Amino acid sequence: MSTISEKELSDYRSEAAAWFAENTIADPGFMLPLTFMEVGTDQQFNFLRDWQNKVYEAGYLGAAWPKEYGGGGLDQKFQTIATEEMAKANGPIMLNAIGLNWAGPLILDMGTDEERKRYIKGILSAEDIWCQGFSEPENGSDLGNAQTKAVRDGDDWVLNGSKIWTTQGNYAKYMILLARTNPDAPNKYAGLSFFLSPMQVDGIETVPIRKLTGEYGFTQTFFTDARIPGESLMGKEGEGWLVAMRTLEYERGVKGGQPGGYVMRASDPFEIVELARKATRGGKPALEDPVIKDQLIQLMIEARSLQLNSKRGHIQPLVQDKPASLALSSKLMATEFMRRLNEFAITLQGQRGAYYVGEPDAYDEGLWQRAYLNSFSATIGGGTSQIQRNIIGEHVLGLPKS
Amino acid sequence: MSKKATIGFSEEQAQLLEVATTFCRDKSPIEKVRSLLEDERGYDDAIWTEMAELGWLAIAVPEEFGGIGLGMAEVVPVVEQMGRAMMAGPFVSTTLAAQAILVGGTDDQKQKYLADLCAGTKATLALSEPHGDWDLGHVECTAERTGDTLKLSGRKTFVENAETAELLLVSLSLNGAPALVVIERSSLPEGALRREVVIDETRRSYQVTLDGVEVSADGLLDPALTAAALAHVDLCASLLLSAEMCGAAMSCIDYTIDYLQTRKQFGKKIGSYQALKHPIVDAHVGYEQARSHLYCAAFNFTQQGEGEAATRIAKAQAGDALSFAADRAIQFHGGFGFTYDCDAQLYRRRSLWCENQFGDAAYQRAKLADLLL
Repeated sequence: MSTISEKELSDYRSEAAAWFAENTIADPGFMLPLTFMEVGTDQQFNFLRDWQNKVYEAGYLGAAWPKEYGGGGLDQKFQTIATEEMAKANGPIMLNAIGLNWAGPLILDMGTDEERKRYIKGILSAEDIWCQGFSEPENGSDLGNAQTKAVRDGDDWVLNGSKIWTTQGNYAKYMILLARTNPDAPNKYAGLSFFLSPMQVDGIETVPIRKLTGEYGFTQTFFTDARIPGESLMGKEGEGWLVAMRTLEYERGVKGGQPGGYVMRASDPFEIVELARKATRGGKPALEDPVIKDQLIQLMIEARSLQLNSKRGHIQPLVQDKPASLALSSKLMATEFMRRLNEFAITLQGQRGAYYVGEPDAYDEGLWQRAYLNSFSATIGGGTSQIQRNIIGEHVLGLPKS
Repeated sequence: MSKKATIGFSEEQAQLLEVATTFCRDKSPIEKVRSLLEDERGYDDAIWTEMAELGWLAIAVPEEFGGIGLGMAEVVPVVEQMGRAMMAGPFVSTTLAAQAILVGGTDDQKQKYLADLCAGTKATLALSEPHGDWDLGHVECTAERTGDTLKLSGRKTFVENAETAELLLVSLSLNGAPALVVIERSSLPEGALRREVVIDETRRSYQVTLDGVEVSADGLLDPALTAAALAHVDLCASLLLSAEMCGAAMSCIDYTIDYLQTRKQFGKKIGSYQALKHPIVDAHVGYEQARSHLYCAAFNFTQQGEGEAATRIAKAQAGDALSFAADRAIQFHGGFGFTYDCDAQLYRRRSLWCENQFGDAAYQRAKLADLLL
């Protein structure tokens, strides 16, 4: 690979900064979701789909994905810069999270050339929204026990069953689907297969789920004799668990290959400092209260822990004792941190902590209250924190299975 | 402090980490640590000589003064591995004394002392006093100058390895302002030292009574640099205590895991119970965070402002991590954990020492609040 000069990179950065400064819409006039799991209205959806498409067309998303499939074909360094500038400009999130961060890298990694040509560009442009069909109503943490059935019938597969917590399910054109193709397999894992399934077919119905916030963003998906083409099978029949595990590596951030941008915006402890200036205790800013200062500093330290752990993960001599440790701990740490951070932000507000979104007197439009309730999506989804502790205990520390 | 934390690791750090890991594991198995608990000196002098020969005492001293010319960042992996093996001895106190002289000493003093300290002359710090304040500027011991002589009075506490150190770096109030003086232990009268009973039995700590002691004013560090030297020693000490605590947390957690993997109750290995599994995972995750902050502090140590914040964070996190890991280590060993024979007590006692030297976690966070909020 030809070496990239510092000047090329800094020129690229200036261009990206200028583009985001010009094109980022700070306030569309309605509340934007902080994460891809909080897209609850058509208004939000349409705005974010246009935004992702615009970023992609400008070359700042998928810049390092292969050109032949719709990417920019550049070195990863360029995409990293573009994402940094997007964040600096406070740009909204990328909408098509499942497609961008899980399905896309998976298809580039394990898919056929045909699959790459068919799916990648639509993922980047947000033309084709993707969703994920892993969890089931009766099988949340125990993913390997998935019971949704796929039965071969001629050239097709016929699906029956139900998936739950399908993010953007009502908007999706495709689903990455884990389904049981052989109920008599020697073990539960060997009976599973992985599909890149179309969603707009007869027999697939999505029903919105109302979240604890009162908003929407997830659906339950019902399959009733839904017929999908034979070519929807990804990889080999009976190898679905392996493909699903690879997908989870992308989901948990263990494996790279994502196209850039971000699909969640974290609350920033430095923003809480501003909140602590506004809120009062004993006639003075809460920020002057020594107990509050102590807790704020603790949270700022933990925010740095997350950054530093991911950086230390790349320094081999400093991770050799337990090599999988940092990668496997990051989901637990990051999601529990966000939950506590948002919770603290509410307690900071004094009596006004009891206000909620919609109340004109709520601090920051009630954003912290809503973010706290939404934060459970991450401490529960993708393997609960309790399951994460089992995984770390067993796979990192070598403790016996529970 | 910048919003983006950075971390890096030098080739030299990597080499020292590797060598120190093996050295400390081989030289300080737990049986040896235990046998030294009863020993008056508290450490093995032959190992001290080997460490000096390895050049470890010279790591952070510039070449012009007989050192190797690296920095505190390179001392960190060595001390981390010493902590992991629960080693004792005057390595840290000697390193800190050298740093004080390096920053606060006159050219003559640097020439006179640093090469010797690099070669294995033992030294220690006498900064604490009975009031127990972590603020190193709070000095009540006094020095009165008459000609070339300083007449000292007061009492210093928590002076590590004073019995075997040849040099003591003492803080004193001179004309109402803090001053630092290098004195030779041989200048102390009979009975000036009293061994303190401290919670960490691997350590040797002394009180030094200075009343009536007269020393040469040649030992007085540059008064213009006293504040800088004290601030530097404060941060160096916090950095190395963080390293020691991180290392101790690592082995404390491993020690506990070993028990959870072997001990059976109700027909099952106790590590399969989530009531034990989940908290030990939390201890491990806490340790991982602390270690990231430790090497961030090492990497940024010389950066103005950034170094202090990163170091105070490291001290706070390492203290909390080891304290939790060692506390749970006692509990998770059950009845055995309540005995002297269980090593969990060694870790908990060590953490209580380390946390309470140079400021505990809450103190560090209060300092950080002043720096960051």
